[in-house]
Amino acid sequence: MTNHWADIKNADVVLVMGGNPAEAHPCGFKWVIEAKVKNKARLIVVDPRFTRTAAVADQFAQLRPGTDIAFLGGVIRYLLENDAIQKEYVKAYTNASFLLREDYGFHDGLFTGYDEAKRSYDKTTWAYQLDKDGYAKVDPTLQDPHCVYQAMKRHYARYTPELVSRVSGVPAADFLAICKTIASTAAPNRVMTSLYALGWTQHTVGSQNIRTMACIQLLLGNMGLPGGGVNALRGHSNIQGLTDLGVMSHLLPGYLTLPTDQDPDLKTYLQKRTPKPLRPGQMNYWQNYPKFFVSLLKAWFGAEATKENDFRFDWLPKNDKTYDILAAFELMYQGKINGYFCQGFNPLASVPDKGKLTAALSKLKYLVVIDPLSTETSTFWKKHGEFNDVDSRAIQTEVFRLPSSCFAEEDGSLVSSSRVLQWHWKAADPPGEAKGDPEIMAEIFLALRALYQKEGGTFPDPIVKLPWPYRSPRAPAPDELAREFNGRALADIPEPKDKTKTLVKEGEQLATFVHLQADGSTACGCWIFCGSWTQNGNQMARRDTADPSGLGTTPGWAWSWPANRRILYNRASADPAGKPWDASRKYLFWTGKKWAGPDVPDIKPDAAPDQGMSPFIMNAEGVGKLFALGGMAEGPFPEHYEPMETPLSVNPFSPKSAGKTLSNPAVRVFKGDREKFGSPKDFPFVATTYRLTEHFHFWTKHTRIAAVLQPEAFVEIGEELAKLRGIRNGEFIVVRSKRGQIKVKALVTKRIHALTIEGQEVHTVGLPLHWGFEGLTKPGYLVNTLTPFVGDANIQTPEFKAFLVDVQKA
Amino acid sequence: MALMSLDVVNQSASTSTTPQARRTLEVAKLIDISRCIGCKACQSACMEWNDLRDVVGVQEGFYTSPPDLSDQSWTLMRFNEQVIDGRLQWLILKDGCLHCQDPGCLKACPAPGAVIQHSNGIVDFQETNCIGCGYCIAGCPFHIPRLSGKDSKVYKCTLCSDRVGVGLEPACVKACPTQALGFGSKDDMLFQAEHRLDDLRERGFAKAAVYDPKGVGGTHVVLVLPHGDRPEAYGLPANPRVGPLLTVWRSGLARAAGVVTMVAVLAAGILHYMRRGPLEVPPEGDQGVKP
Amino acid sequence: MNGTGKELILRHSNGTRIAHWSVAIVFTFLFLSGLALFSPLFFWLSSVLGGGSLMRFLHPLAGAALVILFYPYAATLVGDNRWLPNDSRWVEHMGAYMRKEHPDVGETGKYNAGEKMMFWSMVVLIGLLAATGVLLWQPWFAPHFSAGARRAAGLVHAVSAFIMFVGIGIHVYAAIWTKGSIDAMIRGTVTRAWARFHHPAWERETTAGKDRR
Repeated sequence: MTNHWADIKNADVVLVMGGNPAEAHPCGFKWVIEAKVKNKARLIVVDPRFTRTAAVADQFAQLRPGTDIAFLGGVIRYLLENDAIQKEYVKAYTNASFLLREDYGFHDGLFTGYDEAKRSYDKTTWAYQLDKDGYAKVDPTLQDPHCVYQAMKRHYARYTPELVSRVSGVPAADFLAICKTIASTAAPNRVMTSLYALGWTQHTVGSQNIRTMACIQLLLGNMGLPGGGVNALRGHSNIQGLTDLGVMSHLLPGYLTLPTDQDPDLKTYLQKRTPKPLRPGQMNYWQNYPKFFVSLLKAWFGAEATKENDFRFDWLPKNDKTYDILAAFELMYQGKINGYFCQGFNPLASVPDKGKLTAALSKLKYLVVIDPLSTETSTFWKKHGEFNDVDSRAIQTEVFRLPSSCFAEEDGSLVSSSRVLQWHWKAADPPGEAKGDPEIMAEIFLALRALYQKEGGTFPDPIVKLPWPYRSPRAPAPDELAREFNGRALADIPEPKDKTKTLVKEGEQLATFVHLQADGSTACGCWIFCGSWTQNGNQMARRDTADPSGLGTTPGWAWSWPANRRILYNRASADPAGKPWDASRKYLFWTGKKWAGPDVPDIKPDAAPDQGMSPFIMNAEGVGKLFALGGMAEGPFPEHYEPMETPLSVNPFSPKSAGKTLSNPAVRVFKGDREKFGSPKDFPFVATTYRLTEHFHFWTKHTRIAAVLQPEAFVEIGEELAKLRGIRNGEFIVVRSKRGQIKVKALVTKRIHALTIEGQEVHTVGLPLHWGFEGLTKPGYLVNTLTPFVGDANIQTPEFKAFLVDVQKA
Repeated sequence: MALMSLDVVNQSASTSTTPQARRTLEVAKLIDISRCIGCKACQSACMEWNDLRDVVGVQEGFYTSPPDLSDQSWTLMRFNEQVIDGRLQWLILKDGCLHCQDPGCLKACPAPGAVIQHSNGIVDFQETNCIGCGYCIAGCPFHIPRLSGKDSKVYKCTLCSDRVGVGLEPACVKACPTQALGFGSKDDMLFQAEHRLDDLRERGFAKAAVYDPKGVGGTHVVLVLPHGDRPEAYGLPANPRVGPLLTVWRSGLARAAGVVTMVAVLAAGILHYMRRGPLEVPPEGDQGVKP
Repeated sequence: MNGTGKELILRHSNGTRIAHWSVAIVFTFLFLSGLALFSPLFFWLSSVLGGGSLMRFLHPLAGAALVILFYPYAATLVGDNRWLPNDSRWVEHMGAYMRKEHPDVGETGKYNAGEKMMFWSMVVLIGLLAATGVLLWQPWFAPHFSAGARRAAGLVHAVSAFIMFVGIGIHVYAAIWTKGSIDAMIRGTVTRAWARFHHPAWERETTAGKDRR
């Protein structure tokens, strides 16, 4: 989240799209209700079905799964055409005025630079015109035809209410009514918050769904303000912590990136990742990349890492390509991975195309499952009647199950969607032989190290020489790990302005990442967590509910990254002169000497407004990007592309390019998977998968009460579809995709109705995903038997939210 | 529970007066349907606090689960799809005992002390005194109490009388994430409820109303209904009453009439016998007079 | 008690008497347990009838037993309980009858009109009680009926029970008042004089059909 949970209460309009927080985030949803009750906020819900969030909404629209960009692009057009934008904000805080290269263009659904054979873009033309100092050229009047504002206006001119309606199925009148509510927040004293979750990410255009909203929020001047922002509601209590700590194949902690084959040494690596400012006077925060990175290497490799040996840069693995989850299982499927550690993850249930997953897991020599529960993955080899119909004798994979503790059985921190790191204390001992994950990993590491020490190997150094400084080497304690992430001084750090004074003494915990050094004198396991466990102790354990501003900031409650800042880009809550846009929602303001307010300023604390330092300090241009330059795989402006499986044969937004731009042109499809995409002829209905309040993923079916509350799998279909196929409420039906079929109970509802898409009737099929063949609920099929093995073009999040199926009476 | 026993103001089938030395504040739970998201946290909390575990059922085509209240489910979210004024509404009712001021269950119950009413308004079952006749079920205008198949006792929401007795809110209220459930003095809850109506009317729910049915003397669970003119749409009776049948059947008057009848029959017999003596067959000689 | 009048004739067969007293015992239990359920004043009766829960459990079973015992028994009595013109006259002169004036109401058969009214009211009331009792019978039958139906049933059940009490009260009193009746129901026999006095038609019929004993 750019903002945080409690801040939602400050909103005037809450737009829920690509998420269903009343069901998936019921506790956080209290703040939406708070906004409605205390702030007279209007709640808009746009979703493929009428959810429990919609049940308390003021405005609702049912859209076809996978048409969010069409809808939001239409909103952008509405805002631009009606001049319903926060002009002053847009001019000062976005790249609307920046001039684009003259050779940049967009034609018939494709941006300039497309290579059809590689299914990717040469992004050279997606760039600013630069002056001789390397700064971007701007036109503050926004009149230049090459400025981003004009390019944007041209790009979204096609997104008329009529076309939006034809593609998304939302009646034009409903669409316009929603536009009107959204547009009301262009006023400086009105703010909209956007709440989204996996309903946006799990598409082949997932990243662009979110970017479209970022553009809208920038146009409306809603970024950086209390009650505003683009807020990702994370799907798991600690999934924010997972990304923060870089537990993804291409990331390192703190959103640093893993070196690739193109980074032969530290210098090259750092050079590529340390940007130059694109406008004068900008903070350009990533210029500190070397400090963060070197401190990370020091945290990992300790005394082994010295300036002379590039801080053991060579000990890091170098990526030759991405190893996202789809790629990993594709390699397994091809027999190129033969061992797999599966920790706190149930891929058989949660990765698309269960059939492919079963085949892939069956090719492994060994599978290690570390989990508190008996997951479907751990028994993938076992026949469970029709639900997991495998031939156990044909599967030779050796499965090791290492029972681990669950969150309530260990100390530690969780990072919420608010970026708040909150410490928790163990409530009970884990049962039986279960151990904490750090203990399990440490024991495996120590055993491996002993083997390397005894037997040697190709490159034993990173393992044999890895420092292991824990009180109990077999069980690193959570507090030790937390201190390590925070970081400490390895030598006395001098005061920058007066080198005779000491800023931090050797051995002390660091108070802030501002103190990190690139010379190896500091160690920090995750720079954004720096400040969470200081010399003053565990900041994550703070429990002060005081909220002096009344805006829900509670700076003394736990600790939020970065630097305990609760709203990112909060400099933008004040106008260029440093005065709050809305005096009644005063957040950050310039006192004449410094920035003040209830939150930690997201700007250099003493940078006077007239210095021209812009609020979006992580960007080299200092402003928000309406035009994303080369940041995105499929284009600098979000463009509507159909899901990989779609009821349409032509993209109505680029009809001239025939099938070429029907779906995202930059999507990666593995060999063999394209053949497993179904056609609307055989699979006429659009399906989408989702969670319900009563369960958390595939976990809570193991608990009795949750099992009572939602005991058995079902599929939601509208009354029209039920009539079409002669299906009665509560009876078993079969749902088929090109990849497989499941038998499941039908729940016939008024909450999903047939849509008219390009003149044809399109039905939506809703698939809650919680059930499987393990646990206390009625045994059932895994819904991901049906879903396609393809992901977002940027980060490969699978397209669980839009695919084709057929339904029939069982 | 000695102190709480002082708070009993009314008990079923009792011939003795209840203690009156101590009075507590009248309480109420407020269910603001306009804030409810049907998450079932209340159901979950109810099961947790009261150590209830209903059976894992089957999906029968509804979000409501378990399908009905039971001895193990004292509260239940009922989901109801309705089209009202051309607009789809997903009405979600937290069903359970409303703790009537004039409780039909208590009135109907023949077992002394099996149903009691506290001065704070809570109507509580004392299962140890319950004889399993189910009259309370017939007596309840909201169809709430459920007879257990296991022990032939009836069960329903206690409004967490154990928690409330020590100054806590009911478990469901504590668990509710959106504060759709509130708890406090009845006056405060009604005040809050009225305040909510302003917001709802402003949002287009012109008929929003507070549900505190007078037919049962008001309730200690009050609801804010966005469609206040249509309580049946939520599954609530429009005009719940204990009703004349029950009133007559279980009234003191009827009981008195019963006793009087019995005494009258007895007295008539005795008096008649005293006055007329037995009817005996006359001596043989008299038989001639017989026509 | 005099002369030939002392001769005993059979009024109630063994079977009839067993049926009558079975019904009486079951009725007594039903009445007392019903009374305990009806009014808190009498709930104490439950403690001598097995305790509240058990009593509540037994009451409907006893009700069923009553139905099973009563109706076959009643079937055997129907013939003698047909309403005859004389019976209406008997009713007209009931006051005189009770004043022991032995009014002329024509020949009375095996049962007089009072007894017939008793009989038919029991046929109706036990039926009503049984039917309404089913609606209240937990846990097997009651759940199938609406609360409203059950409330109505409760009321009808209670009112019927009290009418029945009145009927049974009169019946018992009449038996006490009319000397010889209780003996008749215990031993089965009455004296010829008794029969001639109370039920002359029946007496003649008995005599005509059979030899005098």
